[in-house]
Amino acid sequence: MTDQSRPPIAGGCRSAPILKQRGQREVFCGLTGIIWLHRKMQDAFFLVVGSRTCAHLLQSAAGVMIFAEPRFGTAILEESDLAGLNDAHAELDREVETLLSRRPDIRQLFLVGSCPSEVIKLDLNRAAERLTQAYAPKVRVLEYSGSGIETTFTQGEDACLAAMVPVLPKTEERNLVVVGALPDVVEDQMLGLLDGLGIENVQVLPARTIDADVQIGPNTVFALTQPFLGETHAAMLRRGARHLAAPFPLGEEGTTAWLSVIAKEFGVSDELFEKTTDAPRRRARQAVAQAAEALDGKSVFFFPDSQLEIPLARFLTRECGMSAIEVGMPYIHDAIHGPDLDLLPAGPQISEGQDVDLQLDRCREARPDLTVCGLGLANPLEAEGLSTKWAIELVFTPVHFYEQAGDLASLFARPLRRKAILGVAAE
Amino acid sequence: MKLTVWTYEGPPHVGAMRVATGMKGLHYVLHAPQGDTYADLLFTMIERRDHRPPVTYTTFQARDLGADTAGLFKDACQDAYDRFLPEAIIVGASCTAELIQDDPGGLAETMGLPIPVIPLELPSYQRKENFGADETFFQIVKHLAKPMEKTERVSCNIIGPTALGFRHRDDVAEITNLLYELGIEVNVTAPMGATPADIAKMGQAHFNVLLYPETGETAARHCERTFDQPYTKTIPIGAGATWDFIEEIRQLSGSTNEIDSDRLRQTWWSRSVDSTYLTGKRVFLFGDGTHVKAAARVARDEMGFEVVGMGCYNREYARDVRALAKEYGVEALITDDYLLVEKTIEELQPEMILGTQMERHIGKRLGIPCAVISAPVHVQDFPARYSPQMGFEGANVLFDTWIHPLVMGLEEHLLHMFREDFEFNDAAGPSHHGGHSPKKAASAPVIEEAPVNDNVIWLSDAERELKKIPFFVRGKARRNTESYANERGLNQISVDTLYEAKAHFAR
Repeated sequence: MTDQSRPPIAGGCRSAPILKQRGQREVFCGLTGIIWLHRKMQDAFFLVVGSRTCAHLLQSAAGVMIFAEPRFGTAILEESDLAGLNDAHAELDREVETLLSRRPDIRQLFLVGSCPSEVIKLDLNRAAERLTQAYAPKVRVLEYSGSGIETTFTQGEDACLAAMVPVLPKTEERNLVVVGALPDVVEDQMLGLLDGLGIENVQVLPARTIDADVQIGPNTVFALTQPFLGETHAAMLRRGARHLAAPFPLGEEGTTAWLSVIAKEFGVSDELFEKTTDAPRRRARQAVAQAAEALDGKSVFFFPDSQLEIPLARFLTRECGMSAIEVGMPYIHDAIHGPDLDLLPAGPQISEGQDVDLQLDRCREARPDLTVCGLGLANPLEAEGLSTKWAIELVFTPVHFYEQAGDLASLFARPLRRKAILGVAAE
Repeated sequence: MKLTVWTYEGPPHVGAMRVATGMKGLHYVLHAPQGDTYADLLFTMIERRDHRPPVTYTTFQARDLGADTAGLFKDACQDAYDRFLPEAIIVGASCTAELIQDDPGGLAETMGLPIPVIPLELPSYQRKENFGADETFFQIVKHLAKPMEKTERVSCNIIGPTALGFRHRDDVAEITNLLYELGIEVNVTAPMGATPADIAKMGQAHFNVLLYPETGETAARHCERTFDQPYTKTIPIGAGATWDFIEEIRQLSGSTNEIDSDRLRQTWWSRSVDSTYLTGKRVFLFGDGTHVKAAARVARDEMGFEVVGMGCYNREYARDVRALAKEYGVEALITDDYLLVEKTIEELQPEMILGTQMERHIGKRLGIPCAVISAPVHVQDFPARYSPQMGFEGANVLFDTWIHPLVMGLEEHLLHMFREDFEFNDAAGPSHHGGHSPKKAASAPVIEEAPVNDNVIWLSDAERELKKIPFFVRGKARRNTESYANERGLNQISVDTLYEAKAHFAR
């Protein structure tokens, strides 16, 4: 074993009491996941069945990306669709036909449920089955819900991947499936590292195209690269695969811990592990040390957003010298977040769910050096003199694994450096 | 169902948010699922507001549906009142809450809050953002404004400006100053900047200045009926329209004050010889009805452009835009489908597009210069500098904004003269203009080089000659020549055909 599996500091936060609150939530719904998923899956189209609000949300969140021939759209429900549900299925078939004839390169079509489609109980599952039959074998049609009533932000990716798991081909072979959409460059780095450890038969979910499909069976083990994959985790278990619980590969320590869990599973020798990870670890530590100068000794407060908060807090406190005041998560899964909670030094308030006004009160009271929050809160908090790091960027930007560890620290350091440059005394 | 990629307008509750966020002392309690709070970032990011929009969402989740969403709404409403102590609240439902039928209006009324509670009915599956803003403002005025004695001095209200409005901030400043010069006091500007208490005294103004019919017309009509306040019909965008507006104000107020128009530079700028090359530039106009109508007049009568097409995305103003298009001898395009707008622009091959954020991107893709004249817009069109569209300074701003994307006159001339020059040619692209940068030009040919008709073959001489034509009119030249050849049943295009077609289409 390598030195990353230090014993948890003072018991970590795994058994710390969790503050659970309900009230107004200031979060995105799961539809937002489409924005990065459609870049990852190059032959997929995401068709949201929803209202004008859903279309407007995607447009507001996707910014300029929407002009780059996006492979997503919204079938907007109209007054007439609400009257009779049979109509809605015929309408959907027609829209899908138009869409697929306009985009013959599409091989996977996702029907994405929204709040309105869930509330009127439009059966997208049946629609997906019907459409799969109609367009087989060329196009596979799947369904999942990205509605706000069921999913928060990154859970959209979880729902999407969980919908893919049951239809993946079965295998008896021993293989490793790495689950979670990563930017291509990061994915390649990860595959390079696993290859360096001599681990063969590695597949990635989601794959870039439908042809590169992953296989699952009783001898499959899987690791998660993203902390928001609770449903997918459960779906993989249902297919007989075994989960390798590990801290998430954020920062040097997280990446090493993540790799070492896999290395142990595949019986990789300590020598080979060190040989493979030595150089990138050194680079990562160096880069983090440089970028984290501005972060040392500063406090951080997380509003709930993506479920990345716990691993990020672990990285910032253990590798960048910050102290966490509150770590807010939309949801906490012990099986998934436990290893990171073990490593997170005791002290911060861990909170699940949100009453945004009460949380803002706590944040103002604590006056953290850095607040990690959504775009709806960032400018208002800046105007109150609090430095903020808007959280969405952490999902879009390559931040995983060794080579990005320095970039990850810089993302947090930048607002503090900027504040110093602009001559506003950091409080 | 309708497949949509880009929407010009948001849902109606976003319109209501624009009114609430524009006002002060008003709170909006919105029955909406978790996730709908995304709309906050339109205000905090695009408009860069330094406070959260005054909106409380119930953010119900799936597990709440079986239980008591109505109770959730009441709690949210009470919490919002206790925390923010507004002078009045508006309550309504978003698209999903409309389906679960909780009746926020009725629920809020039973709570006995000591402030006015204004229920909103915004049909999310039929109407859109502008309707939402117009209707919300109308309901607020209807509930709060009471008949009053008119002010001693002649005064007016400015009606229509909201949060997230395209240049509303500076238009209001410009028009307020203009009214001041005319000796007219502004009683209330609403919704932007007004409190519920201000709305209550709207009735004491002598007349109303309606700046944005999209968001204020229903309220203006209500005031006309209820408080005997006539409202202005001219939208003061462009120099000519500003003079007409001043005349209209004089009629309504009896003001005879002189107006100092020294600062209006646009008219001389347009007449100066440097602008001669603008004559007959073919422009396409698209946006909201009001801005398109105003821009058409400026484009034709004040810039000397040729308007080759116009349209709007808000059906509420379809009739007006159709009538105006007829007057300009062009086809009106009334649609909220940006693919259709793109197709029309491709067909018309204008030399310039005046449109929204979407048309800017269409322009980029097609290599056509574009300036933004209407919402929806992105963050760069909420500028830090003073940049109204209305009044005299607005006319100056319009001139600068519309001219900058065009290749400058001298530059165009030089490109003609030296089009064969090894380093100063059109492929090098004018340095400052993104739409014509070499990289873009390299990706554009897909459209530009694709023959319109497969039956017509370009002889290589003609193809070479075509390449000598400046890139910004080449697409049009190709299209015209091909249709000329088609009409005459020619299946080959020679250099002669090219020039005969040129002569045929010469204006």
